[in-house]
Amino acid sequence: MDRPIRVLIAKPGLDGHDRGAKVIARALRDAGMEVIYTGIQQTPQMIVEAALQEDVDVIGLSILSGAHMTLLPRLMELLRDHGMHDVLVVAGGIISDDDARILKEQHGIAEVYGPGAPTHEIVRFIQERCETRT
Amino acid sequence: MDLAQALLDGNRRALAQALTLVETGGPQARSLLSALFAQTGRAHIIGVTGAPGAGKSTLVAALAAYWRRAGRTVGIIAVDPTSPFTRGAILGDRIRMQTLSGDPGVFIRSMASRGRLGGIARATGDAVALLDAANFDVVLVETVGAGQGEVEIAAAAHTTIVIETPGAGDDIQAIKAGILEIADLLVVNKADRDGAEQTVRQLRAMLSLADPPADGWTPPVLTAVAMRGEGIEAIATAAERHLDYLRNSGRFTGREQERAAHELRLILQETALERVRARVSPSEWEALIAQIVARTLDPYAAADHLLERGLSHSGE
Repeated sequence: MDRPIRVLIAKPGLDGHDRGAKVIARALRDAGMEVIYTGIQQTPQMIVEAALQEDVDVIGLSILSGAHMTLLPRLMELLRDHGMHDVLVVAGGIISDDDARILKEQHGIAEVYGPGAPTHEIVRFIQERCETRT
Repeated sequence: MDLAQALLDGNRRALAQALTLVETGGPQARSLLSALFAQTGRAHIIGVTGAPGAGKSTLVAALAAYWRRAGRTVGIIAVDPTSPFTRGAILGDRIRMQTLSGDPGVFIRSMASRGRLGGIARATGDAVALLDAANFDVVLVETVGAGQGEVEIAAAAHTTIVIETPGAGDDIQAIKAGILEIADLLVVNKADRDGAEQTVRQLRAMLSLADPPADGWTPPVLTAVAMRGEGIEAIATAAERHLDYLRNSGRFTGREQERAAHELRLILQETALERVRARVSPSEWEALIAQIVARTLDPYAAADHLLERGLSHSGE
């Protein structure tokens, strides 16, 4: 891909703790990506609308509120409704292994990261997946 | 081209993909822009510039909300800087535009400057053309946080709004060349802070030092507290008045000519460079660089040689 990878970083739900999201945004920027940061308390509708307008390759979601099993499937459904099957979606936050497996196997979330996941791993995952896609 | 047709039909995903295409550039982008060119020229293009933290995004969002209430559709291009070291960027202008979310009459696109230094990106003009063709009545362009030299927006917009905040600089700052010269409207934002009146006075005094402007428009100095929506109607009305003024005075054609000339120059530079790159191999390029470093060839002669190669008909 001869253009920068575009990533939307968003925080769905009501928790207002966005340090993790900012750390990731910064790491992706330093890896040469264009990171659209939309801030806290986003509904799935708002996130999908922003992703559509910004034509992003990747959506990164940070979620700590515990509402991931309602918000993330809803978001994936909206993406499908808009024909945005090709957008890579990764999630980070406090998500149990069981929930992570369901989100990946049944809802199409590409990867789920827990607290303390090394940022370079996330960067490499996104780079590899974006390379093979185009 | 069906992407062009889908965009004209109001397909927002097509518009988003078209924006990506013109940002990337290349032959496909060119044919898309050629196909849509006849559909442009309808929107009121408004540039919003000012120092980092002056309140550009907040003001843009408030103006957009005002025009939506007046029944007009609004496209927004928000430019943020690209890191010169990593080519990465954080585009954070949407954070202050959340209230516009869910409105089909608004389309917001963030854009990284990608190495351009004039306060907007190379493709900003093309992106404006796409929003214009997609039938947005008003297109707002928010520049990167600008200092004194980022004045390119004035060549890309009909109306340029420059935002100042209280206490930023003295009255000599205000008569230096640069950003204040491009203002069609001056806005002192955060006017609830100390020193706002003084800043307004200084800006008015600065304007009064100049001869009456040759084009007959004296930029109004307005105040706002964009975060609370105060002063927005006056700014929107002044921007509309400025467009009326341009049209009624015949200056609109002049601005359009300036815009077209600017665009053409940029496209010409880029095309020339692309053609040269396409016809000159990397090893040839490096050989020329080596000759320049060795002082056996001067850079002007090298450029002449490359341009001849790039623009000649041989090899087509």
